[in-house]
Amino acid sequence: MKLTKTWAAPLFASVLAATAAQAETELTVYTAIEAEDLARYAETFNAHHPDIKVNWVRDSTGVVTAKLLAERDNPQADVVWGLAATSLLLLKSEGMLEPYAPAGVEMLDPKFVDAGDTPTWVGMDAWVASVCYNTIEAEKAGLTPPTSWKDLTNEMYKGHVIMPNPNSSGTGFLDVSSWLQMFGEEGGWEYMDALHENIARYTHSGSKPCKLAAAGEIPIGVSFAFRGAKSKADGAPLEIIVPSEGVGWDMEATAIVAGTDDLEAAQKLVDFTVTKEAMEMYNSGYAVVAMPGVAKPVKFFPEGLLDAMIANDFEFAANNRASILEEWQKRYDGKSEPKG
Amino acid sequence: MTDATALPDGPVIKGRLSRDDVIMRLGMVVIAIYLVATMVLPLWAMLSKSFSTFKFDLSGYEIQVSDEAGSFEGTILTPAELNAELGVLELGDLDAGSDSRMGLTQFFPDFSFRSPVMYRVRNTTDAGRFLVGSELKTGTEWIELDSNTFRRVQMRPVKSTGLGNFVSYFSTPALFNSIKNSLMIAVISTVITVTLAFWFAYALNRSCMRFKGAFRLVAMAPILVPSLLPGIALVYLFGNQGMIKELLFGASIYGPIGIVIGSVFFTFPHAFIIISTALAISDARLYEAAVSLRSTPWRTFWTVTIPGARYGLISAAFVVFNLVITDFGLPKVIGGQFNVLAVDIYKQVIGQQNFEMGAVVSVVLVVPAILAFAIDRLVQSKQVALLSARSVPYQPTTNRKADNIFLGYCVLVAVFIVGMLAVCQFAALIKFWPYDLSFSLKNYEFDRMDGGGWGSYFNSIKLALLTAVIGTCVIFFGAYLVEKSNGFKTGRAIFQMFAMLPMAIPGMVLGLAYIFFFNNPANPLNFIYGTMAILVICTVTHFYTVSHLTAVTALKQMDREFESVSASLKQPTMKLFSRVTVPVCMPAILDISIYLFVNAMTTVSAVVFLYSPKTTLASIAVLNMDDAGDIAPAAAMGMMIFYTNAAARIIHLILSKGVLTRTQAWRTR
Repeated sequence: MKLTKTWAAPLFASVLAATAAQAETELTVYTAIEAEDLARYAETFNAHHPDIKVNWVRDSTGVVTAKLLAERDNPQADVVWGLAATSLLLLKSEGMLEPYAPAGVEMLDPKFVDAGDTPTWVGMDAWVASVCYNTIEAEKAGLTPPTSWKDLTNEMYKGHVIMPNPNSSGTGFLDVSSWLQMFGEEGGWEYMDALHENIARYTHSGSKPCKLAAAGEIPIGVSFAFRGAKSKADGAPLEIIVPSEGVGWDMEATAIVAGTDDLEAAQKLVDFTVTKEAMEMYNSGYAVVAMPGVAKPVKFFPEGLLDAMIANDFEFAANNRASILEEWQKRYDGKSEPKG
Repeated sequence: MTDATALPDGPVIKGRLSRDDVIMRLGMVVIAIYLVATMVLPLWAMLSKSFSTFKFDLSGYEIQVSDEAGSFEGTILTPAELNAELGVLELGDLDAGSDSRMGLTQFFPDFSFRSPVMYRVRNTTDAGRFLVGSELKTGTEWIELDSNTFRRVQMRPVKSTGLGNFVSYFSTPALFNSIKNSLMIAVISTVITVTLAFWFAYALNRSCMRFKGAFRLVAMAPILVPSLLPGIALVYLFGNQGMIKELLFGASIYGPIGIVIGSVFFTFPHAFIIISTALAISDARLYEAAVSLRSTPWRTFWTVTIPGARYGLISAAFVVFNLVITDFGLPKVIGGQFNVLAVDIYKQVIGQQNFEMGAVVSVVLVVPAILAFAIDRLVQSKQVALLSARSVPYQPTTNRKADNIFLGYCVLVAVFIVGMLAVCQFAALIKFWPYDLSFSLKNYEFDRMDGGGWGSYFNSIKLALLTAVIGTCVIFFGAYLVEKSNGFKTGRAIFQMFAMLPMAIPGMVLGLAYIFFFNNPANPLNFIYGTMAILVICTVTHFYTVSHLTAVTALKQMDREFESVSASLKQPTMKLFSRVTVPVCMPAILDISIYLFVNAMTTVSAVVFLYSPKTTLASIAVLNMDDAGDIAPAAAMGMMIFYTNAAARIIHLILSKGVLTRTQAWRTR
């Protein structure tokens, strides 16, 4: 009898604790934000809404999109906070997103807001393609820095370039879609044919080429500016190059998943994501944010990045995504052996 | 004789089912249902997914064009009629993926987005879907659009059933080339691993060299790490900044070379155990006969040793083949542009969200895996006892020269294995390879990286413990029921078949099948999706077969007389089970639980589709950190798995010793 009592007390206490924990609202938030930023974002949000607990589901853009689509008939997420707009457009075209105009949405650059009557997603920050160039390894290999995308097709860089596979990486896809938009359909594929000759291999994730360049595995990694700036801050011998033709970009954006159990909390979260404070929070890593006039220069970010961003047609990207990826795979994925 | 045939058949004598029999059959049915729900049904869901195709249904839409004043009086057209008239599209163009879109303007040759003409579009059925821009339109309401908006209308494909996915798979070289690649890698790795493991096992069993115990330990080490880890080690050794990349003479480690070396590393212990068992017992009389017939050692080797070990060799070959062809982690890390089937599944599902094609590749991957498995079972069933009562066990004799050669060889293999692990540990402690070689623990700050941080490490331990405890109970009990119950032959045969099946199903395939099956809201078991429970169930099922076989082997050693005696003493079977069977089989039960624990710690393939934010795992974290380019932290986490498994092994060893002295005292007199 005594034994049961000693057992029962902590058990009872833990049951109490469990019910107390349930009293606060929990939101399952799917995201592709860099892992190191997650805790900071949640903390800043909780400073305003301590009663809403954010449960992150973080993975790469492709994985998160796949997860959401797989769960189409039975969504697990309440909110998507920080996923490529291209992916959100996919979800929107499946009718998976709940349209909502967050308070203060009119303060954002209209480029960063979904064009519907009631927007289904709102942008946070832009995520811009760049080339990471390892000065030490490039010098060893006798390379001169490229200044444009076209430069990268130069014979000199053969086997010295790594880029992400657009079939698994959002960054890879924004590169491909930007080349198709800048050089035209035919010119774009011609360009990629030539570039393919120089590619050592395609990686699954978008940040890996830059980290590989940072680690000296390869002199040149096609990646995005944010990653390059971070690696440079960590002490990597990197130069971040903005190709002169212009660079593709995508934005991280936020949306409410249709059918969420707790619409009210979800709306509070989305309201927060477009506040000035949130924008300042994004600004610590991203040089371009959705609210004009907020962004301060970010250390190690390349100059002229803003002007180099192309006029990205997201609808083109979303509507042609399937056929572009199929064509890409047909052209480049079949050639399995790496070029030596 | 004739009298006997003339007699009429008597009534068939049927034993009455005792209460125990009923309980045992019920138990068996419960575990059989478990296997059906966690394996057969998910696989069925996956198979049907591979036949689910998407097609544009041109007759599913109606379009009406207005005159320039904007009034709709013209005929109502369908894209199907327009296509029949214009022949824009061929039949094959209508095959699509789940994400395909197709514009409508191509059916209107004189379309201009500046024209004042208005368009009306609608679905003809409730299931129809089309997009205006990125806005999804369903239902059969007319939607009126100006011509500038009309060009943004995209048809969406509808679901149908057919062989379309397989057709497009085999007409895409990028995809079906992987079959050739996978087979090639698997065959080469098998030949190398089996050869290396054979000589290693030979040295340990047939020579008198020293340090045998240490070599046996080293040979088992790769079992304790995820298959990705050798890939990471190879990057540090032979990558472009590799420590000894000169040894490759300019060839790239990213590709077949890397996959083969890594595969040899992680499959070595599996081949070694099997071959070692085969070489351990041998009849000395055969060797004496060979000597007295003046056979050369070389001839004796080929006519006595190899035939004696042939079942072991064949079995090892198929096990290794199966491990390599179904492995996902290693080619993902080191494969470069060299596509293999297991990674294709991942790319289709995760990269392109093309679940149907992922299911097709899975079906393709299952074929060689099942084939290898079936041949192995067939060969095993032909095996006859090598050792008869009259045999004399073979004892190796000292031969200084040969022993030294074997010692040298074993040292080389041990250096290879220990070296790979040491490189990972070293890399994990380096601050920023290759530019800052100072030591730091920075790479252990997992919470700053992808993959779930330290939480995922503790999740993995939780998963491993749960899998070991629950899995051992279910599997051992199931084996007991199937082995010791009376009658019910068909039922037991079906159960045996179910228990063997998981071995032939690649982890990736199982994981994908689980998504299709458990993430269906109509499934009453849907609630376990995204929980630790589904990971435990998946892992138990994935590693069911080997555990089941271990249990059956141990149970076969117990005479059925035990059951008869307990029945005649009117003791319930469950009492016999708990008081006699379990203690007697304790060594096997402990083996099963450590096997499940270690595999749950290292598995990647089955769970990569199933983890959720609360259940990230250490092995997946290794994968994700490598994927993000954080290779050193990935190595650090991989080594954490290694140390955990090594510690579990040691605890298992101590536990076994303690338990065995208590329960196995009867074995010694």
